[in-house]
Amino acid sequence: MHGFANPARFLRIARWLTPALLVSGVALTAAALLWGLFAVPPDRLMGDTVRILFIHVPAAWLGMGGWTTIAIASLVELVWRHPLAGIAARAAALPGAVFTAICLVTGSIWGRPTWGTWWVWDGRLTSMLILLFLYFGYIALSDATRRDGGASSRVAAIFGLVGAINIPIINRSVVWWNSLHQPASITMGKSTIDPAFLWPLLIATIGFSLIFGGVILARMRAILADIQAEARLRRKAMAGVSG
Amino acid sequence: MAAIKPKHQRLVLVLIALVVLIAAGLLAAWALRSQASYFYVPSDIVADPPEADRAVRLGGMVEEGSINTDADGVTIQFVVGDGEARVPVRFKGIVPSLFVEGSGVVAEGRMGSDGTFIADNLLAKHDENYVPRELQDMTEHQAKQVVAEAVEAPAQ
Repeated sequence: MHGFANPARFLRIARWLTPALLVSGVALTAAALLWGLFAVPPDRLMGDTVRILFIHVPAAWLGMGGWTTIAIASLVELVWRHPLAGIAARAAALPGAVFTAICLVTGSIWGRPTWGTWWVWDGRLTSMLILLFLYFGYIALSDATRRDGGASSRVAAIFGLVGAINIPIINRSVVWWNSLHQPASITMGKSTIDPAFLWPLLIATIGFSLIFGGVILARMRAILADIQAEARLRRKAMAGVSG
Repeated sequence: MAAIKPKHQRLVLVLIALVVLIAAGLLAAWALRSQASYFYVPSDIVADPPEADRAVRLGGMVEEGSINTDADGVTIQFVVGDGEARVPVRFKGIVPSLFVEGSGVVAEGRMGSDGTFIADNLLAKHDENYVPRELQDMTEHQAKQVVAEAVEAPAQ
């Protein structure tokens, strides 16, 4: 565990892992989306509208996965004070927000022909919109506190942990409350999605997840480089003052 | 007491805070369970009818063979059921393309004085089953399975 918290070792691994994740992720995603767009048969009720599933579901999964990453990294930052954990949480926020937005937009486009409406305030849709606003709040907070270091940078970590309560609510919203959104199709070892749709969906989800991992590593490297550059500037300024 | 490392103290504190937080969140969600529902099912409407002219949403399955079009050609009547209760619904307008018998629907409107639900708007509810169009005709067994699951679902 402590081995990975060493920024030098992390950078050595991330240098080759970042492009590996991005390239394999883009390849898998492209294959799954082409498969989903051209080779998959239309759904019995929804027709071709079903194809938006292959973007919507992975985006929803990563929108929630992004906040789960923030929450776990925040826990590690608060308890073990690993410097990389806070950086990982900050790096996951923007891609998580982007995937949440993609999920909301594609869901809305799917809802218009399927349900007959762009938007309803049911439990699932509302809790997912709240997740997007939580991301905005987290990004603003972590940006505002990152330069102070020390105690105030932990404010964002606490926010990341508190916001995690929304994740089980999103997951359970279709069970607890009558909602327009359908209940989960894939539950523990069981799926009500026909294999013709399920396989491209699984591959698209893996592809999206690899891209997500690659983007997080790239952003972590960028943040580390930023911190290094700032420290160098500060040393120079100090040297200038004393000399 | 000096034996407790700060690291472990923080871990315990964070875990306690998390447990309290999750309990608070679950309690809030539990308290919201009826208010946050997007629609009432027919048994709710029958057990506790909303006062006339109060805007409510009614959700359930469109019963097989219940859709009738009136002589004017745009008004339709159908029955929404949830396996326990049935509510007749009247709607004038264009229905969504997924609105078919045996499938889910959410009707927005109000209860009429004659016990018929007057809908201003219909939303089709998609279920969790995704089946290709050709499979639907090819394997009867699978179609049966899908119907069985759809009938099972509202009873849970």
